[in-house]
Order: sequence, then C-alpha cells, then structure tokens
Amino acid sequence: MRTLGHPFRDVAIVGVYNTKQARVLEGHDSQSIALEAALGAIADAGLEPRDIDGVVGGIASNFLYQSRIGPAWRSMSPLGIPAVIEGAMAIACGLANNVLIATGEAGSYRQHASTAPWTRPTNEFVAAYGMFTAAEFALMARRHMHMYGTTPESMAHVAATIRNNGHVNPDAVYFGRGPFTAADVLESRMVADPFHLLDCAMTSEGGTALVLTRADRTEDTAKTPVYLLGGGTDHYGPSYQHPPVWDLGGVRRPDLIAGHVGRRAAEEAFAVAGLGPSDVDVCEFYDPFSFELIRQFEAFGFCAEGEGGDYVMSGVIEPGGRHPITTDGGTMSFSHGGASVQLFQRVIRGVQQLRGECSSAQVLTAEVAMCTGGGSGALFTDVLLLGKERP
Amino acid sequence: MSLLLPQSGDIPLPQPGPISEPYWQGCREGVLRFQRCLDCSAPTHTPALMCAVCASRSLVWVDSSGKGEIYSWTRVWRPVTPDFVTPYVPVIVAMEEGWFILSNLVGCEDDAVAIGLGVEVVFHSSGGADDIVLPYFQLVS
Ligand SMILES: [Zn+2]
Repeated sequence: MRTLGHPFRDVAIVGVYNTKQARVLEGHDSQSIALEAALGAIADAGLEPRDIDGVVGGIASNFLYQSRIGPAWRSMSPLGIPAVIEGAMAIACGLANNVLIATGEAGSYRQHASTAPWTRPTNEFVAAYGMFTAAEFALMARRHMHMYGTTPESMAHVAATIRNNGHVNPDAVYFGRGPFTAADVLESRMVADPFHLLDCAMTSEGGTALVLTRADRTEDTAKTPVYLLGGGTDHYGPSYQHPPVWDLGGVRRPDLIAGHVGRRAAEEAFAVAGLGPSDVDVCEFYDPFSFELIRQFEAFGFCAEGEGGDYVMSGVIEPGGRHPITTDGGTMSFSHGGASVQLFQRVIRGVQQLRGECSSAQVLTAEVAMCTGGGSGALFTDVLLLGKERP
Repeated sequence: MSLLLPQSGDIPLPQPGPISEPYWQGCREGVLRFQRCLDCSAPTHTPALMCAVCASRSLVWVDSSGKGEIYSWTRVWRPVTPDFVTPYVPVIVAMEEGWFILSNLVGCEDDAVAIGLGVEVVFHSSGGADDIVLPYFQLVS
C-alpha cells in the first residue's frame, strides 16, 4: 500500500466558475461559452490567462491558441472527475503549475422532437430497440425494485429534494419552479417506467471551469484553497452499447458488479483520504435519474445493499440533514449542459460548499465534500473527495 | 393498454461488422446465435473476439434455444425519436444458456410485462441495406 505522502498533497483547487446556465443561451456556441467559463475560473483564482501552463477539456485546444499560452501541457481527457484527477496528477508529477479545466456546450440540441443526441446510442445491439439514457437507467432501477422492494415514492423523494435545492438557487435554470413534493414527481408524465419526467435530468446549455494549482502557490491566489483528499474512477466499458445488466461482473472481484459501480472508486478514495462515509458533510452526487442517488448511497457504503430506499427517506438528504445531496439542484434543476459540462459541476459545487460561498443550501461547517459523476446505466461512476484541510 | 408490436418506422438499424455478421446472418435464418468458449464453455454476447471469463480466443458460434426469462424491463412513453411508436417495452432477457440480451417485448399488452416471465425469440424483418432481421421476444404461453 501507499507509503509515501498523500498523492495530491501538492495540489489545490483555487478557481471555479459557472457561466449563466439556461435552456438556450442565445448568441453562444460551445467554444464561446467554454471560453467565458475559462476566463471566469482564472479570474476567480486571482490569476491571469498567461499563468496557465496546462489545459484539460473540450476547450483546451482553442484556449491554448486564443490565449497564446503555448507551449503548454495538454490532456485529451474530456469528461468530468477523471479530467480533474488527471489535471491534479499533472501538477503532482511536475508537468504543470496551473491547470485549467474548462468546457461548455451551447447550440447543439435545440430541436427537441428526439431525445438529446448525447443520450442516444449508435451501437448495433441497442439502437434498434429505442434505447436512450432514461431507458438504460430504468433497466437498472427496475432490477433494484425487484430485488429489494425499492419504491417509486423513495425515488420521487430524492427528485423532489434535489429540485427544491434548485428552486431556491438563483443560479439554477429552474430557479423558482417549485417547491416540489414527491406527489408532484409521481404525478408528472411517465418517460421510461419507473421514471417520471421529474425523476429525470433536464437539458440545458452552459459552461463551467476550474483551476488547479500547486499547493505551495496558494498564497498568490484569491480564494480559500480546496484540496483533493482522494478519488477514483470505476468503468465497465463504453456507455449505452451493451445491455445494462445489474449483475454484470468482473473477473478480478466478482462482488463488484455493475449495479455497484463506484464502490471500488469510493473504497480507494476513502482509503487514501483516511475517511469513511460518516465523515462526508456534503454529498454532491450526480443525479441523472432519481434512483441513482439511492444506488450511490449503497455502493459507497453509506447504508447496506438494498436499504438505499429507506435511507433516503430517513431525513439525511435534505438541507440540514447529515448527508445533504446535490445542493445546487443538480442536473434536474440547476443545469445539464450536454455531454460533459454537468459532469464537472458536482466538483464546482463541492468547492463552493467548502468555501462557504453558496447563496442557497450552504452546509454550515462543511469540511468534506464527496463529488460524483456517471451512473449505473452508463456503466461508470467516478468519485472525488474534497476537503478544506491540506492532506 | 396497447398491443406491443415490432417497430415498423424508420428506426436506426444495425450495420453488421466482421465480428457480428454471423449473429445477424443467424437472425436472417431464424436462429438466435451466441458465442461459446471452447476452453471454459462460458457464453458471450454481445459478439466478441475473446472470452470474457478466461480470455481464450477460441470462441465458436452456437444456436440458442431462443428461450429465457425477463430479467429487467422498462416501458417507454417518450420515444428516443419520433419514428418509434409508444409505448414500447425494452427488456433484458436472461437466456437459458446463461447470457443476456437486450430487446423489445412484443405480442402482448404493454402492462403484461414482469420480471421472471418466460419469453421466446421471434424475428421481424426490418429490411434496410443489410437486409436486417431483428430478434424480438414474446411471452411463452
Ligand atoms: Zn473461456
């Protein structure tokens, strides 16, 4: 096991920024909104574009050219928490001093007769059967309901809680659209049984960015640094190309089936951090569908397998509870900007919570945030633990 | 309630590749095929180049009984594209030989679906450039 110092001891997150998020961002395309996000995060860090010497994400190439910061380190990693971990590794390995991670999407999905393009598979074994993300995740949720008696009511309670977080968040696309009760969720039209419309993520447009720096340079930056305490990524293969089978197993650890995806990542993250689920003050869990929150609490060890439905009904996930979830409204109410934007935004919110700068649903004395991305229907889950204390 | 039928609209059809062509040729002949490992006898689907259990390259195509039971299901009301008629019912079927397949349930009312029900394959010619025949599943009586 690890005998040297903490792998991310020398890395800090010092800049975060979300652009305006909206159903449609008039006058923007993906590059322009991502550039706005990048400049916002650099300013939030108290840095200048010329300070950046490493870039990750969809805007990376364009930003390198426009800002003339090249030659610089660049990652091809496009999505969410793995990109944040890779940026941190670049700094830990001495490949860069200040890494910008930025992405944005606008203008790619405005004809809504079909589901969003990033939800639709092209693979020959699923596309002809009308599959898209809601159906993929529903097949996982239905299996869990069959095994454990998990109810639509418990899923609806998750959705209502997250949507109410967005309802009071002035930056959320669906600010002021609530409040919601579980009954409202259950009465919304069915999309893919057991998921009603309000159990599902929305579609929107937006940009997001964060800046990582060397921990010994944080005296030069503007905001309280936030540290990476541990992280991991669990993937079983390409999303939406093979049947999303709950019991899909691996040859190395047969207990780690696809229904528990994220368990290994969480175990590794907690081990490196020297923490456990009870230490987590803010659960910035990714919320593509309501059921996924129930599943994540089980996979990460907050409760026993099959008990996630009862767990989310026990008063822990609401603001003021021990493990409040998805505090900005998540992909259900805050924003779901496309294929990648929202996969970074759990980390953005986790940083904002630890800084204590959230204008709504701020968790008082938050010390540790757990941020996640992905989900069982997509056959991957990524985990990142953030903290205020340098590891 | 509505009777579930194979989709007849302009849906996205598979484009067989060199690994999967024997599977689709089987469907054209009215036989559902999967791969079995000659070294450890594990079944494999979707079509693969190596055994998922022992990494052997010795996979052979064998005929399935076409029978299994519903492992999970969903009923879709918001179609992926307007070319799909709703409701339709994606199912994962656990086949008798120990492999899983994703398909749609047809030939019954949409609310007849349940985990554990016995099903069997039925084939539906969808045409297209590759003369595609899609496997669907119906309840066994
Ligand atoms: Zn084998």
